[in-house]
Amino acid sequence: MSTETILHGHEVEVNVHSHEEHGQHDHHHEESFLTKYIFSQDHKMIAKQFLITGIIWAIIGGLFSVLFRLQLGYPDQSFPFLEDIFGKWAKGGKISNEFYYALVTMHGTILVFFVLTAGLSGTFANFLIPLQIGARDMASGFLNMLSYWFFFLASVIMFASLFIQTGPAAGGWTIYPPLSALGQASQGSKLGMDFWLISMAMFIVSSLLGGLNYISTILNLRTKGMSMTRMPLTMWAIFFTAVLGVLSFPVLLSGAVLLLFDRNLGTSFFLSEIVVKGEILPNEGGSAILFQHLFWFLGHPEVYIILLPAMGMVSEILSVNSRKPIFGYMAMVGSLFAITILAFLVWAHHMFVTGLNPFLGAFFVLLTLLIAVPSAIKVFNWLTTLWRGNIRFTPGMLFSIGFVSLFISGGLTGIFLGNSTLDIHLHDTYFVVAHFHIVMGVASFFGMFAGVYHWFPKMYSRYLNNTMAYIHFWVTLVGAYLIFWPMHYQGLAGLPRRYTDFSNWQSFNQFADMNRFISTVAMIVFVAQLLFVFNFFYSIFKGRKVKSQNPWGSNTLEWTTPITPGHGNWPGELPEVHRGAYDYGKDGREFIPQVEPIGADESKH
Amino acid sequence: MNEIVTDQNRRIHPHKFTMWVAIGSILMMFAGLTSAYIVKRSQVNWLMIEIPIIFWFSTLTILSSSVTIHLSLKSLKEKRMVEYRRWMVVTAVLGVLFIISQIIGFVQFGKQDIRIVGAGSNASYSFLFAISSLHGLHVLGGVIALLVIAIRAVSISKRNYSTLPLEITATYWHFVDALWIYLFIFFNWMK
Repeated sequence: MSTETILHGHEVEVNVHSHEEHGQHDHHHEESFLTKYIFSQDHKMIAKQFLITGIIWAIIGGLFSVLFRLQLGYPDQSFPFLEDIFGKWAKGGKISNEFYYALVTMHGTILVFFVLTAGLSGTFANFLIPLQIGARDMASGFLNMLSYWFFFLASVIMFASLFIQTGPAAGGWTIYPPLSALGQASQGSKLGMDFWLISMAMFIVSSLLGGLNYISTILNLRTKGMSMTRMPLTMWAIFFTAVLGVLSFPVLLSGAVLLLFDRNLGTSFFLSEIVVKGEILPNEGGSAILFQHLFWFLGHPEVYIILLPAMGMVSEILSVNSRKPIFGYMAMVGSLFAITILAFLVWAHHMFVTGLNPFLGAFFVLLTLLIAVPSAIKVFNWLTTLWRGNIRFTPGMLFSIGFVSLFISGGLTGIFLGNSTLDIHLHDTYFVVAHFHIVMGVASFFGMFAGVYHWFPKMYSRYLNNTMAYIHFWVTLVGAYLIFWPMHYQGLAGLPRRYTDFSNWQSFNQFADMNRFISTVAMIVFVAQLLFVFNFFYSIFKGRKVKSQNPWGSNTLEWTTPITPGHGNWPGELPEVHRGAYDYGKDGREFIPQVEPIGADESKH
Repeated sequence: MNEIVTDQNRRIHPHKFTMWVAIGSILMMFAGLTSAYIVKRSQVNWLMIEIPIIFWFSTLTILSSSVTIHLSLKSLKEKRMVEYRRWMVVTAVLGVLFIISQIIGFVQFGKQDIRIVGAGSNASYSFLFAISSLHGLHVLGGVIALLVIAIRAVSISKRNYSTLPLEITATYWHFVDALWIYLFIFFNWMK
């Protein structure tokens, strides 16, 4: 197709659209409640929808962990109130084995997918992309809206699965067949599993629609002067996150579809020669390992889908609040890129003990350990950004520093687990639980909290309450370490995960006190999160009002919009960008916004 | 959206670009499926699959539908609206024919006593069915997109000569065509 025809095609389109969509950029036009708050196509509103849905899920998922920690900490006690709430699932006030497994499964599913993927990427990609690259909105506002509503549908289905008679899916968030493929195998493999799979299919559609939009917007809609290397690191991180999602989620979808076939149409993709409760099943020739390959081909990139946006936001917030340029911008971009590539090449390190060929395993060990290189670059650059900085300890900054701390301590244990030989001892123990909770769970939560504290003024034109924020930070940071550090110790001793009760187990009943301690801290930390939730909703309505356009003295474009930006973000022309996002402390000036032209005698950084 | 085009003077429209990324994403799904097929094929209990003869017919229909959608787009660009509509309808009909011929193929399996699903089924035929039907769903999506465009084209309230929706749909249509050719060769080669 010639350039001319493309241009011609566009010309026609411009004419049509200028009549149709004029109102969209004129943000004084009338919006009904429905189009403004519910079926909104404004990226800022969609971001808030993702965030609030994510918060609701986080409360549910967190509550589940409190419930099973209650069981682990006090296996000999009974809690009659549990029977009042859960009925047959907690007969005599004790959580049943099936229910425990369902709680663990849903805790993982909810936090990994619904909170840290949709709640984190969905919120900040939607909110920040147009604001930081200087665009009116996403490439397609409609797809963006669909993305949220598919997420909402997925949420409704997953939520409904909590209330069906046979309970929600159980068998771990990885839903390995054959357990997940055979309804007769356990309660949690019955209807709940179908709900889980359908909900996840909707979820995948949602993240694909979102991801397509993020990529297309970042690559196509940057404002004048905003070259790729002038973008804030948040944009790079979100871009790579979207690439990971778009390339890996479809593979999980194919695995989920085949599993649905096995469950409901009697095929044998993943099933072979199985006897359940004395009954010989007709399935033959399937391979359960095949599912693990399909699952982890998504599952591993998923870890980085969760982590990268947090890394991006932390880089930005650290730089802004150290009043220093980020150390090694290009190295930061390069390491993000390296992590993205490596993310696709390490999935089998989740499968070292499945009978994987040790020769193949050696490759995956090498590639896994290679991730230490870009990770170390990032840590080094964060620390050197802080080094001799003019640090302002805002809540967002504290959570960012907390993120770096957690990423270091969680990342180091990854070096242990990446070794296939050590993995023989460590797999499926609390060591793994501690590792991934610190490095991907809590760390990403810290990134998310940092983002919420930092950009809340832009979202709601009010500040979050600082006192509550500081309490939230210190309780969460200390609590996270008190919960997960002892678990490393337990894991090295061989304590296996996914067991309800260790009291009758000679080798492990020595951990009773430690488990009680962990459970107590977990409950305290959960309450601290409720404090955050209260702070969040209270501050939306009653928080201190934002008075200045650029409260953090930040260079990026979102702070050049009005305090409460309308749909279209900038009232007049789009801003023009003249420099990178990190000109802090340059030529005796504290900060130089991206929109300021390069001065005649300005020094080079 | 005019902002997007005039302010930024891009070579490729963002929506079109989005479609290309989506194509990459769909490709990954079928890459996952076909590599699962390859893994499974190297294991025990694999049956040599027989591709139904009618699949040759489906290949022919989807190939010719690529030609017709191209003609439709060409007519639209030259503002020959009658022809544009005619070729669009032909394309949609060919798409539906493709799906029907695939269904017939799988019904024939039933007559030959080959089980695709359920007890006594073999994963090789289940794979053929699962992959083909997922592809069929993607063709169906293309047919629906064509219908939407067709309905918009005949509505009188808005006169719309934008070629963009059809261009995007045509890209997608050529893609599902190419995808089928890939799958067809794959199935014949990797029995």
